[in-house]
Amino acid sequence: MDWAFMTHYAPYFVNAGYMTVFISFFGVLLAVVLGLLCAAVEITRIPVLYQIVRAYIELSRNTPLLVQLYFLFFGLPKLGVVWSAETCAIIGLAFLGGSYMSEALRGGLEAVPTIQHESAQMLGFSKAQAFIHIILPQALSTAIPGVVANVIFLVKESSVVSAIALADVMYVTKDLIGMYYDTYESLTLLIITYLVILLPISIVGTLLERRFDYARR
Amino acid sequence: MQGAEILLQPGVFPRLLQGLWVTVWIAGVSVGLSVPVGLLVGWLMTLRNPLIRILMRIYLDFIRIMPQLALLFIAFYGFAQAWGWNLDATGACVLVFVLWGGAELGDLVRGALESIPKSQYESAYVLGLSPWQTFSRVILPQAVRRLLPASVNLATRIVKTTSLAVLLGVVEVIKVGQQIIDAHRFEFPTATLWIYGVIFFMYFIVCWPLSIVARRLEKRWAHD
Repeated sequence: MDWAFMTHYAPYFVNAGYMTVFISFFGVLLAVVLGLLCAAVEITRIPVLYQIVRAYIELSRNTPLLVQLYFLFFGLPKLGVVWSAETCAIIGLAFLGGSYMSEALRGGLEAVPTIQHESAQMLGFSKAQAFIHIILPQALSTAIPGVVANVIFLVKESSVVSAIALADVMYVTKDLIGMYYDTYESLTLLIITYLVILLPISIVGTLLERRFDYARR
Repeated sequence: MQGAEILLQPGVFPRLLQGLWVTVWIAGVSVGLSVPVGLLVGWLMTLRNPLIRILMRIYLDFIRIMPQLALLFIAFYGFAQAWGWNLDATGACVLVFVLWGGAELGDLVRGALESIPKSQYESAYVLGLSPWQTFSRVILPQAVRRLLPASVNLATRIVKTTSLAVLLGVVEVIKVGQQIIDAHRFEFPTATLWIYGVIFFMYFIVCWPLSIVARRLEKRWAHD
């Protein structure tokens, strides 16, 4: 191990880590919004919209992020749609994650037993009240493990954005290996950076799951 | 939609299909080898030996928390320097996908084995079945039902992850697409749109049937 090399290049990995976190944060945020919209359409079964959402979910779940990114970054400009690499990466992650989030959220909503709706109605709750106070908390409680798993999945998938020339953790690693052939040191820094990003998410996720598992108790 | 004619140029589509075959081959071999590895890992994870437990935990957690691309880099660049394994890019891909698939499948196997109630073993014993009969006639059929839908989903994920092979320099469907795009840069400037669009749908056509099979199995066996 060449410690001087590692301390010298550690700041590069900090910056690259910020890029990974930046892309992942906005990607996940948009994915949750998109997922909520899709879950709402799927549950209410609005005609036409429902078919569009189903088609989107199948397309997004059955194609790799790398190909989605190449299409957005290299393909779309030929139609006059030119986005920066950052925008492509965030939209790509949102396109991929939206379907996963939608499935997790829908699963949560559908897992709430009918008797909960009926009981709320009997107790004189309006539809909106029942949804906000009774259905949604239980649905979120069931959905949290899936949502947390999806967040981790999306942060990991964000490693692919190096392929459209974004200077994330993978990009810096490959650069350093190529330039200096300090393979061990670069790979060690790569592993540490991802652990620093992903372990807290994983731990917070587990805590959230424990805190909000009242639907199953 | 000008430029779509590139897909009809002689050799373009057949070459893409050849590339797709490489993708499917890597994924198929990886899935095939993941099955025995996964069964072994799953069985090891049910053992009570504390050392094996800890080793399996570390293996599973490390594989799970690292992005697949990072694992590919570690195998491709790291192993060569560490042990002088000059894996070619395809070999590195298969190795990583098998280690990853084996870990994920192992966890599924563990879950399926542990979800079978003790009474099943005890009843089989009382009925006079030998240990092997118990395993093959009683435990296995139940475990497979709990295992198979998620395993087919895992296969879909492995196919999708095979796309990362291009970043190590494997000449698979994406690389072939890039070669075609570069070769026709001046005749068909809009080739990127069409080629990447076609590759997008090629992956979809491979993965979608697997997803449908997984969903069917899940529904059919949900209430057993």
